[in-house]
Amino acid sequence: MILLTFLRIHWIGMKRDRVVQALTFLLPIMFFSIFAAVFSNQSDPMSKVRIAVVDEDQTPYSQQLMKALMAEGSLDVRVTATREGGNGATLDRSAAETLVRNGDVPVAVVIPKGIGAAGMFPAGDTNQVRPKVLLLADVSDPVAPQVVSGMLQKVAFTAAPQTMAVEGMTMFEKYTGPMTDAQRNMVDAWKRGEGPAIPSGSTSDTAVGLPVEVVNVMQPEQGDTSMVSFYAAGIGVMFLLFSCSGAGGTLLEEEESGTLDRLIGSRAGMGGVLFGKWVFLMLMGISQLTVMFAWGQLVFGLPLTSHLPGFFVVTLFTAAAAASFGLVLATVSRSRAQLSGLSTIVILAMSAVGGSMFPRFLMSDTMQQFGLVTFNAWALDAYLKVFWREVPMWELWPQIAVLTVLTGVFLTASRLLARRWETT
Amino acid sequence: MTTTQQGEPLLVRDARKRFGDVEALAGASLEVRRGELVGLLGPNGAGKTTMIRAIAGRVALDSGSIQLFGRTVTARDPRPEIGVVPQELAVYSLLTARENLEAFGVLYGVQGAELKSRVDWALEWSDLKDRAKESVKRFSGGMKRRLNIAIGLMHSPAIVLLDEPTVGVDPQSRERIYEMLASLQASGVGVVLTTHHLEEAERRCERIVIIDHGRIVAAGTLGELLAAARSGGRTLAMVLERAWPAGIAVPKGFSLSADRLTVTVAVEDGGRGVAARIDTVTGLGARVQDLSLAGASLQDVFIGLTGRELRE
Repeated sequence: MILLTFLRIHWIGMKRDRVVQALTFLLPIMFFSIFAAVFSNQSDPMSKVRIAVVDEDQTPYSQQLMKALMAEGSLDVRVTATREGGNGATLDRSAAETLVRNGDVPVAVVIPKGIGAAGMFPAGDTNQVRPKVLLLADVSDPVAPQVVSGMLQKVAFTAAPQTMAVEGMTMFEKYTGPMTDAQRNMVDAWKRGEGPAIPSGSTSDTAVGLPVEVVNVMQPEQGDTSMVSFYAAGIGVMFLLFSCSGAGGTLLEEEESGTLDRLIGSRAGMGGVLFGKWVFLMLMGISQLTVMFAWGQLVFGLPLTSHLPGFFVVTLFTAAAAASFGLVLATVSRSRAQLSGLSTIVILAMSAVGGSMFPRFLMSDTMQQFGLVTFNAWALDAYLKVFWREVPMWELWPQIAVLTVLTGVFLTASRLLARRWETT
Repeated sequence: MTTTQQGEPLLVRDARKRFGDVEALAGASLEVRRGELVGLLGPNGAGKTTMIRAIAGRVALDSGSIQLFGRTVTARDPRPEIGVVPQELAVYSLLTARENLEAFGVLYGVQGAELKSRVDWALEWSDLKDRAKESVKRFSGGMKRRLNIAIGLMHSPAIVLLDEPTVGVDPQSRERIYEMLASLQASGVGVVLTTHHLEEAERRCERIVIIDHGRIVAAGTLGELLAAARSGGRTLAMVLERAWPAGIAVPKGFSLSADRLTVTVAVEDGGRGVAARIDTVTGLGARVQDLSLAGASLQDVFIGLTGRELRE
């Protein structure tokens, strides 16, 4: 009976508390859906890895490789400077690197001069230096270079079977001795397409196939430290939102204590109260992000001091937008408890979709587009441009413009929502 | 600062305000003169807070008017003549008393040397000078209450509206608060307060205004109210041996204490009236253990006018 009473009390409490219901049922479903959508990308047959290909060799072999890469269903191959293939100038190494640095493609494949002549198998002199296929990579996406490298090996074997067979047999005879006449006849018949197929995947030795080298074109002198900036921004923006919504909640405390009435009755009025809070939240946000990035530089070697102007501009606009968003959450909530539940749900969802928890560039195109509805995505893109792509300041304008518009929209919304506290 | 202004400090005429189906103010009028302490009494939901908020500019009246020193004001008009002290402790608990006074002083337009002078005055006036640099969260309830009132006076208002200024404070602090209010009165400030302490209103307020269902049902000095309510009447209090029998309604005109052990009733016609009323009570199954006869009080007036106890 006692147990039943407790169950009844808690059941009624839960039934009447929408925030608890949302946290218990809605939030897990939401997160499951978001992460399922993010990770299901890996098996999505429609999702292609975007690459640029430069053929410096211009031999039949390299052209066969190009054709095979373009025929791969899992690759979206670009060979010209413009998006629509065929209309722009053919890519050279420099243009391909620019595409990578601008984030247009995560990997550019450079088929170097001499690769066709060197063949797929090490020649007699094993010390011979064979030209390597270069993967100019944006290593912030660690998956794409691996995928492309694997695909290259695959197409190398499938694109030029004849070459592989001839070279393979030569190598075979070199190391095992000449074939008998019967063996040679069988090989000749197979080369003519009259024999049984060789099972795929039978050759996987790294000593054979295409030699590949991954080249980090994004700040190679700084190694992986710049990646720390991505995580600093991701985590920083998420906690900035939590801090702003928490601090914005003082509005609700002031309402409960009657202080808000007193403030509204003063010369400041409701507009002044909100403006004062917004400026404070913005300054707090700037301080919070600065401390976080400074810590990143101190402990993880994040290159903050070399990117100070860009950091300051992005942080200013990010903090402004986060502060106004915090005010929206506070003014839409009826109590501190409601604010806490609401901000947990909204901020975690925004952070997951917007890339604070999982990089957006690893998400499917659909998810990446969807992420743009969140404030996080724009802020993180801006930080990425500053620290990772090192673009000139003016190229930050799309992100800054969106953050500014969002700030205006959030401030207007919070002002309208705050009218309920004014004269009735 | 505005006590030199012309006209009545506060004049509310035929104030009406409706919230949905509830008529919070139904033609209420109120007047406050210079240096006057007015007690606004009424049961819960009678319209006291709506009246205070309307005067403070936080509620827009549907009709009626509010005049401050002869100037008609609408809800959005600034009203620096008024100081509002809410029932809640509207202070920042992490700030010190001085910091609170300074912050609200600036927000209410007090600056520079005047700000410092007003803060010093407020600390002295509220007897918090020794604790001026201490965080408010360490203050007792009475101290917070005094600071709450002092904040409302930082801009030297000519009229102060206090909503339950003594709620939840010990008798000593309550006494101190009334001394503070008396000194305000002496300086010509008009004070309107709502309270649930009838005996305080009896003792402290120069005029008492009783509001019920959004209407002013009586207004005047205590003497005027008593005279109007019951000319020379008495109140008979009957202490019962046991609690009033459950399930039996208290007769009309009689009222029962919260512990159901005392029944009170008005008596106008001397000895015969007393006997008849005792008979009424005993006839319903109650047994009277003791009785007393006293002159009418504000409580009797209040119940007579509203039909309710103040806390109902």
